[in-house]
Amino acid sequence: MLLVAPLIIILCIFYFYPLLKLFPESLYRDGHLSLENYNHFFRTPLYTFILFRTIRIAAETTILCFLLGYPTAYLMASVRNPRITALMMLCIMLPFFTSILARSYSWIALLQTKGFVNFVLINLGFIERPVRLLYNEYAVLVGMVHIMLPFMILPIYSVLRNIDTRLVKAARNLGANSREAFIRITFPLSLPGIGAGVMITFILALGFYITPALLGGPSTLMMSTLIDQQVNRLGDWEFAGAIVVVLLASTILIVSIFDKLVGLDKIYK
Amino acid sequence: MGKVQDKPILSLTNLKKIYGDYHAVNDVSIDIHGGEFITLLGPSGSGKTTVLNMIAGFEFPSDGHIIFQGQPIDLLLPEKRNIGMVFQNYALFPHMTIFDNIAFPLKMRRVNKAEIIRLVAEVLDLVELGDYADRKPDQLSGGQQQRVALARAIVFDPPLLLLDEPLGALDKKLREQMQIELKKLHTRLKKTMIFVTHDQEEALVLSDRIVVLNHGKIEQIGPPNELYDNPTNEFVAGFIGESNLLKGQVRSSESDLAVLKLDDGSEHKLELPGQVRSGDKVCCCLRPEKIILVDDNHTDFHLTGVLEDTIFVGETKRYTIRIGNKTLLNAREMNIRNKVGPKPGDRVKISWEPESIKLIQSTSI
Ligand SMILES: Nc1ncnc2c1ncn2[C@@H]1O[C@H](COP(=O)(O)OP(=O)(O)O)[C@@H](O)[C@H]1O
Ligand SMILES: [Mg+2]
Repeated sequence: MLLVAPLIIILCIFYFYPLLKLFPESLYRDGHLSLENYNHFFRTPLYTFILFRTIRIAAETTILCFLLGYPTAYLMASVRNPRITALMMLCIMLPFFTSILARSYSWIALLQTKGFVNFVLINLGFIERPVRLLYNEYAVLVGMVHIMLPFMILPIYSVLRNIDTRLVKAARNLGANSREAFIRITFPLSLPGIGAGVMITFILALGFYITPALLGGPSTLMMSTLIDQQVNRLGDWEFAGAIVVVLLASTILIVSIFDKLVGLDKIYK
Repeated sequence: MGKVQDKPILSLTNLKKIYGDYHAVNDVSIDIHGGEFITLLGPSGSGKTTVLNMIAGFEFPSDGHIIFQGQPIDLLLPEKRNIGMVFQNYALFPHMTIFDNIAFPLKMRRVNKAEIIRLVAEVLDLVELGDYADRKPDQLSGGQQQRVALARAIVFDPPLLLLDEPLGALDKKLREQMQIELKKLHTRLKKTMIFVTHDQEEALVLSDRIVVLNHGKIEQIGPPNELYDNPTNEFVAGFIGESNLLKGQVRSSESDLAVLKLDDGSEHKLELPGQVRSGDKVCCCLRPEKIILVDDNHTDFHLTGVLEDTIFVGETKRYTIRIGNKTLLNAREMNIRNKVGPKPGDRVKISWEPESIKLIQSTSI
């Protein structure tokens, strides 16, 4: 859990605070106090579509991160050789030493029409001519999963690592095979780590900007890129503020639904 | 108690466990008979847990064999062995209620629901925790958790129960109480139990037989009174109870009297058990309570010495007596008559029953 605490603080300072500053802004249209910005957002199908796409991509990112991250964390926690654990930890942390920008660009290099992936697929005979792999939801998803994965792995790993190994031995002794011991002991005891990983990944993914901007292109707008468009291209701070508030409200809503379903208090027990 | 004629329920033969080049368990052979309460006794690091781990199947032996109920089980998975185990610090499942903890082995054995409820209730009754079924382990005291661990290990009726220092985490009073309960449970269930402890008193109180382990090797196996009265070597003599060791060389030996030259240089004429010859290096073990301080006008005594110190411990008095140049003997005497004993500095004569002194193997001769 200690691994997660600083992350939460950083999230609060650099994510929520600026969002809250924008709230008063969103309540003005042409200098008058009004809800017109919100009206506009919810009456335009494109915007609501973008909102749901953002939530969906964040959810997909979270699920994929979990499916890839849990086995990785499990493997790391079960290795008893500290040098191998250290090496694996280094591999997980290595991406943090490179900027997200650089990592997203490297996905462009890999996925572009004349990129490595197309090259391999053509040479293996799966396709005849290059396909467009970039600037769609899949590209965004691949990039997001790549960047978010450590945020899923680390909390799960830290919880798995601290599970008393004798509990699994006890389960085996009492007649559980290794699969049953995992399902009944290890997995339930790792739920707090999963909860923390899912929360962090999902919240970060909802507001993520660089990867959708670079890999999604203008045709795959998400909430963050939409906000950028409103501010930097159109200079409409008031409408941008409203989008920010909608995104924040959705995040809070989804987190509290998650809380109702899973019980976040269990994570901190 | 089991003798050679009935087949052992568990046989360990030349069992070894080697980590790297470290022999954690070295050539351990024990035959355990049905219904026996056997204790593995040894200091920390002597390999007790490793032996249990091999019996339970968490570790594979580097060499040797384990025969359980007539079948070799060296390579059998732990879940296939049907051996109950109470872990050091219990290893209760923290996310499950007491009921679910105890029901676990039954669920794994696909016992039907009604039967599970009945069996769990029965065993909870046995350990007197009937009202705690719905609690989580962290809501129970150490002693209660201990009993849950015991209940979980016996609910599926395994023929053999392993207990790894189960009372180690309890305070003294509770531990003594649990010892009695464990003993009762053993009498009642008639299960074979292998109990691990580093506490020699606990081993003496509970066991039918004790296996003394040191550095992964068996030092001696036997019933408590035999280990206490007839330790075969210095380690056992020192580890179980208190003992005085007289080490030296036999200078001359005629009929039943020998002259023993102690390592401190002093010579004493005394009766030694068994056959000793002139020149033999020997180590004699004499328990403190077997030493009798006799009056000065007595002629029937074995050694003389000087009283160095007296400690009064309520029901007993403890004397430290110097014999020869610097060999110290501890003696213990029940505080029955309020007689005035010797004072420090007094010369004293000491005696013992002839069979109280034993020749044992010494590690340092
Ligand atoms: N997995 C292991 N790897 C290396 N050494 C071990 C391992 N398990 C136990 N040992 C060593 O074997 C010895 C015996 O350990 P153990 O059986 O736990 O002793 P005890 O239970 O009598 O205190 C100890 O010195 C311990 O360090
Ligand atoms: Mg141990």
